[in-house]
Amino acid sequence: MTPPESLAPASQGDVRSEEMLLNMGPQHPSTHGVFRVVIRTDGEIVVDCEPHVGYLHRCFEKHCENVTFLQSVLYTDRLDYLTSMGNNLGFSIAVEKLFDGLVVPERAQYIRIICAELNRIASHLLAIGTYGMDIGAITPFLYTFRDREKILAIFEAMSGQRLNYNYIRPGGVAYDVDDRMVESIKAFCKYFRPRAQEYNDLLSDNDIFVRRTANVGVLPADLAIQYGCTGPVLRGSGVKRDLRKDAPYSIYDRFQFEVPVGTGRKGTLGDCYDRYMVRVDEMIESLKIVEQAVAQLPDGPIKADAIKNRIRPPKGEVFARVENSRGELGFYVISDGKETAYRVKCRAPSFHNISMLSEISRGAMIADMVAIIGSTDIVMGEVDR
Amino acid sequence: MTPEQIAESVKARAGAAVLAVDLAPRNPSIKLAASAWRDVAKHLRDDVGLNYLVCLTGVDRGAELEAIYTLEHLGTAPEDGARWGISVRISVPRADPSIPSVEDLWRTADWHERETWDLLGIRFEGHRNLVRILCAEDWEGHPLRKDYKAPATYHGIKNVV
Repeated sequence: MTPPESLAPASQGDVRSEEMLLNMGPQHPSTHGVFRVVIRTDGEIVVDCEPHVGYLHRCFEKHCENVTFLQSVLYTDRLDYLTSMGNNLGFSIAVEKLFDGLVVPERAQYIRIICAELNRIASHLLAIGTYGMDIGAITPFLYTFRDREKILAIFEAMSGQRLNYNYIRPGGVAYDVDDRMVESIKAFCKYFRPRAQEYNDLLSDNDIFVRRTANVGVLPADLAIQYGCTGPVLRGSGVKRDLRKDAPYSIYDRFQFEVPVGTGRKGTLGDCYDRYMVRVDEMIESLKIVEQAVAQLPDGPIKADAIKNRIRPPKGEVFARVENSRGELGFYVISDGKETAYRVKCRAPSFHNISMLSEISRGAMIADMVAIIGSTDIVMGEVDR
Repeated sequence: MTPEQIAESVKARAGAAVLAVDLAPRNPSIKLAASAWRDVAKHLRDDVGLNYLVCLTGVDRGAELEAIYTLEHLGTAPEDGARWGISVRISVPRADPSIPSVEDLWRTADWHERETWDLLGIRFEGHRNLVRILCAEDWEGHPLRKDYKAPATYHGIKNVV
C-alpha cells in the first residue's frame, strides 16, 4: 500500500518530523506467539525494524543430548507444534539415515505420507484463517477451524493426541490404522475438495483482503534465497522449489501433484497475497497426495524389524531434510553409537523465514507490518527451539 | 556439479588449506583451515554457484569446536531443480575459537552465526552484530558445550532439574 500524500513525512515547512521507536510484542495478538519487533517509524512509515526472538527458547538441541532418540521424537513435536507429524517425520528420516540400508515397511511409509499431508492441510488452514483475522476478517477463521477440527479428530483416533502426536517414529509409526480410520480419511477427502472454493469466496477474492495484501511486503526471489527462506515464502516469490519434487524423500516420487508458485496474480510477484495464495493452492495438492496414498495403502507391518524398542544407531553423521508446511526442516544428527545423540541440530524453516522481516518491511506502513508478519506464517516454537 | 568436482575446485583455489576431503555419499564434506574460509566461501558462492546456505551446525568435539556449513545450489528456473552441494567443516581450538564471519556473503549466516556464538561460544570475526539471539542477553556460558553446567538460579528464580 503506498502511503497517501498527506501521510508522507514532512521534511520542510513548519511541521517537525522525527523518528520514533515503536515496540510491537512480545505479547501482541498478531505476532503469532511471543515475538517482538522494534520498529523505527517516521510518522506512519516503517523506516527500519529489528526482530527479537528467543522468548520460547528451551534448548531443544541440549535436551536431545540428554534423552534417547525415541524420547527426542517427543521434543520434535513441540518445535512447529502446528505440523508435529512433519517434525516427527523429519527427525525419523534423519535417524533412519544413520542406519545403513534400513528399510521402513511400505504400510508405514504410506501412513506417514497421509499424516504429513493431512497435517500440512491442517497447518495451512490455521495459517489462512488466522491471517484473515490479523487483517480484520474474523468469519473465515471459523470456517477454517471447522475443517481443521476434522483433521484433528482423525489424528486423535490414530495417535490419541490432537496436537503433539509422537506418532511417526524412527523405523515406522507408533500404531496401525484400522478400516474405520481409513474410511474417515476418505470421507474427509470427499468433504474437503469443494472447500477451497469456499475459502476463495470468503477471503481470497474479498476486495478488502486483496487491497490489504497485494503489493505489500514484496520479497524478490534472490533476497529470499539469500536469507534461506523456503516453503510457501520462497514459492510465493515464484521459485518452484519443493523438496518433495527436487529430492524426493520417503515415497513422494510415487504421487502426482503440482507445486504451486506465486505469479503476482493480484499485484506484484512475491507480495503477501502470493504467499497466502500458495498456501490455499497447496492444500488441494496435498489432498491429491492423500487421496492417492489412501487408495494405494498396502497391508503389512508398521515398524522396521531392525529398530523396534531400542534405537542405537551406528556411529556417523547425517543431515536430512523434509519439506514441512513452513519450508525445509532439517536435522543434523551426530551419533557416537549410543542410545543418546551426540549432537542434534535443527534447521527450522520459520527461523529463516522471519529473519528477512526488516528487508521487506522498510517503507511499509505500520498497519502493514501485521499483514507482512502474518504472511510469513511463523511458529515461534521452532524459531526459538 | 558433483561433490568430487566441488572438492577439486576448492583444492585448486585453496591448496594446502584443504585439510581433508570426505566424499562418502551420505554426507560429503571438505575440512578447511579457518584462515582460508572467506576466500573459499566467495569462490563457492560466486564461481561454484552454492547460493544457499542451508544450515550452520556447531559441534563441541572436546579439544576443538567445529562449525559445519551445509551449502547447496538452489536454482530459480523451474527446470533447474537438481539439488547439489557440499558441507564445509572448520575446526578451531577450544582455547581460542574464532572463525571469519560470512554473514555478508549469505545473509542466512547472520542469525546462524549469532546462534552458534550464543550456544557454543564460537566467535565469528567481522560479524557486525555478534550478540546472543536465543538465550537472554545476560546469560552466562554457552549451553551446548559439553562441559556446560546449568546455573542453580537465574535472577533469583530457582532452576529445578
